[in-house]
Amino acid sequence: MTYRPTADHDELRAVVRELADERIAPRAAEIDATAEFPWDLKELLAKQDLMGICFPARFGGTELDNISQAIVVEEIARADATTSLIVLVQKLGALPIIVSGTEEQRSRYFPRLASGEWMAAFGLTEASAGSDVAGIRMRARRDGDAYLLTGSKRFITHGSIANLVTIFAMTDPAAGRKGLSAFIVETDTPGFSAPRIEHKMGIRGSPTAELHFDDVRVPVANRIGEEGDGFAVAMATLDRSRLSIAAQAVGIAQGAIDFAIGYAAQREQFGERIADMEGIQFMLADMASGTEAARQLTYAAAAAVDADAPDLAYWTSSAKLVAGDTAMRVTTDAVQVLGGYGYVTEYPVERMMRDAKITQLYEGTQQVQRLIIARQLLRRAGVSRPAK
Amino acid sequence: MVCLKQVPATTSEKRYTADLRLDRAASEAVINPLDEYAIEQALRLQESGAVESVGYLSMGPDQAAEALRRALAMGGDDATLVTDPGLGGADAWATARVLAAALDRIAPDIALMGMASDDARGSLVPGAVAALRGVPLLSYGSELRVDGSVARVRRLTADGFDIVEAPMPVVASVTDQVGEPRYASLKGIMAAKRKPMETWSLGDLGLSPDDLHGAALTRVVEVRKPEAKPPTERVENVSADEAVTRIADWLAARKLA
Repeated sequence: MTYRPTADHDELRAVVRELADERIAPRAAEIDATAEFPWDLKELLAKQDLMGICFPARFGGTELDNISQAIVVEEIARADATTSLIVLVQKLGALPIIVSGTEEQRSRYFPRLASGEWMAAFGLTEASAGSDVAGIRMRARRDGDAYLLTGSKRFITHGSIANLVTIFAMTDPAAGRKGLSAFIVETDTPGFSAPRIEHKMGIRGSPTAELHFDDVRVPVANRIGEEGDGFAVAMATLDRSRLSIAAQAVGIAQGAIDFAIGYAAQREQFGERIADMEGIQFMLADMASGTEAARQLTYAAAAAVDADAPDLAYWTSSAKLVAGDTAMRVTTDAVQVLGGYGYVTEYPVERMMRDAKITQLYEGTQQVQRLIIARQLLRRAGVSRPAK
Repeated sequence: MVCLKQVPATTSEKRYTADLRLDRAASEAVINPLDEYAIEQALRLQESGAVESVGYLSMGPDQAAEALRRALAMGGDDATLVTDPGLGGADAWATARVLAAALDRIAPDIALMGMASDDARGSLVPGAVAALRGVPLLSYGSELRVDGSVARVRRLTADGFDIVEAPMPVVASVTDQVGEPRYASLKGIMAAKRKPMETWSLGDLGLSPDDLHGAALTRVVEVRKPEAKPPTERVENVSADEAVTRIADWLAARKLA
């Protein structure tokens, strides 16, 4: 998969970086310390049209290509990972409708999402079912022209603040993953509640919610695809949304590198700048070259998604795997470059290190990414495991 | 009509050519930050309905088109770039002469500028353009308003403010008091690509390099860095008494205490 960055991409990066440097970075430490969702920055991103980057222009979006979307997420995450989730989860929550929704569903919801008036969230995970989608217990029972949804979801990013959640529930539990269906749930529907927010290590300003559904009535018109399509919808969503996590990881890593270089250039020990010491230079070089490799792989994956390549999951999983591990290593090394100062909250790199960890966990752990990549490899080689 | 200048970013390293001109290709270029306030003021006037349209005018090398495009992304309708090989090394006088000629042709009600450029900081161009065009100058406004056929600025002074007004057309300059410049939105950036931008040469303005005396009445004789300040002296890791004594001695040695 090849891509070619254009002058438009460079301009977009410059514009988002300026906004992130001036308006988002100064808020990052406070957002982390208070664990409060930055509503002011959500309004700012909406005003700058950055919440509508994945939506078609006919619904008020800006319809950016996937490399551009990656650049937006990357540049915001470079300043603050929590804030990058505002853009990223808007897409994640809407992707089921983007990939499998009807034109009527799109026209009903995309304008409000593209403008940022509404926020979206994605509700797949449950307490006992993460990547093992067949283990989902949430039920959807048909009742006339609606479904009644009952059960709980856990670890739902923005679940407590979203206006719309795309929810996956079993319409036919006996059928396993083939009994899973997807729904659009408006969160002001009676029976919906978000009773608990997790206390987290990183991305602390981004509320990760537990959601309860007590006979939540969802019209049939809000089912995404047919009954039983849920698994396919979820996989098509995650195969594409993982790209955003790769971009977020690249951004976090770049933020740590930029800070570490600035610090190394002014910190003096033994009569010289530590930036002039080989031990530090080797670390900075490894951090930068690794991040650049992750970035290029992420853009290649973005090109694969733009092309709707049949093996796009291979690319997005590879990008997420490499970028997530790179972000973890680079932020850990940034703390090392700062020494004791890196470990205290006065400097941003310990926050970046805590934020980086989530990129190895959500939207499939790194181990799950390897399973996906390996499955694609076997398929390419024509030696897939026969269906059971 | 907002007149704006593309300047090297203050944070970027500057290099000079052998004839002591700034090597513009070597530095990151931005809209003169003080001109962004003029853009913001103009767009606010347009949004309030006080002016019908907002255009941009710049004189500079080809790459100054990027600054105009960035301004168009913030808002406004069209842009004009005056660029000509004969303009290399233009000083404030030559710049004013060219802008005045372009403004004569465009004939806007208001030619609005920032109070200074971030690179040269001469603050000469607004006054020179007004003089060359024979129109009133409303300078250093902390706010610009339009009232019928009259333009009015509020200018902060040491003991209050002045209200200065003049019948249009005028040349006006504004300070950083007008309000924070907006960021270009994504849709603004996309729309800017479709907004009209014209490029004029000196010939289009009926000027020749001879009219501009080789683009400058002034000559740069030397470029050097400011004198380095002595390193900051720090009093650290000593007892409070010791620190007080040392700081008092330091002040006394400079007759500051």
